[in-house]
Amino acid sequence: MLEPLARIPPAFSSTSWMNPLPPATRLLFFADRAARAAAAGAFPMPVTEEACRAHADGARACLWLGPDEYLLLAPAEPGAARVQAALTAAVGPLPHALVDISHRQVAFEIHGPLAAQILNGACALDLDPAGFPVGMCTRTALAKADVVLWRTEVHRFHVEVWRSFSPYVTALLTEIAGALPAAH
Amino acid sequence: MLLISCPYCGDRPEIEFTYGGQAHLVRPADPSALDDQQWAEYLYMRTNTKGVHAERWRHARGCGRFFNALRDTTTDRFAATYKIGAARPDPAASEPTPGTAR
Ligand SMILES: [Zn+2]
Repeated sequence: MLEPLARIPPAFSSTSWMNPLPPATRLLFFADRAARAAAAGAFPMPVTEEACRAHADGARACLWLGPDEYLLLAPAEPGAARVQAALTAAVGPLPHALVDISHRQVAFEIHGPLAAQILNGACALDLDPAGFPVGMCTRTALAKADVVLWRTEVHRFHVEVWRSFSPYVTALLTEIAGALPAAH
Repeated sequence: MLLISCPYCGDRPEIEFTYGGQAHLVRPADPSALDDQQWAEYLYMRTNTKGVHAERWRHARGCGRFFNALRDTTTDRFAATYKIGAARPDPAASEPTPGTAR
């Protein structure tokens, strides 16, 4: 008999600079300007066309990933199906794509004065607040993993990573942080 | 590391990009009207430019979009990047886009 899967350890544990975020509703939304305007009745939508910007409204957020491509984040309850139904009704016949990816990825936060320095151990972006201000978000590379990075505060980043990459990413960042004397 | 200026996202590290080959190739409207030689020319023959080359790039690990670039194949210097569908810019007429080939 094989051991039950419960033996697999959790993907990551909290540290002073990293904490996992609870399960969430995640939707990938492809929509042009007209469809986004219609969707605004059901979900917070950015008012600008600016690239690489997140629009947060309470516990819900809409992250620009590419032209006409957005990642919608919401609390796990009442569930992706409800958010999806409301958006589908609001957008109506306008061309769009709306896909539930809630379980494809997990999220965690990197926070504290060394947050940017730890991320830069594996990420080549300029994370100075002048180059990557609060509210900026982007898909990027964290070493060999693709992530979505969103700066929610000067010293706080929201990181979305595909589920199977999370042990790799968290172990790598833990190693990087361990090499920074001030992180201990 | 090179910085490449995505027309959507701005200056980004080169590891986020993938190369997409020669730009501005036009697929023949009626391929079945071509003979084998003409079809092979379209499929396989490229300019192999020494100097300024118009080529496709994709911001694969960023916004995911294809765009075009003018790059000098002898120096790796990007003279311009521009959106798909835009005309090829004249590299001599404009300043190079910032953040390239530093
Ligand atoms: Zn881009």
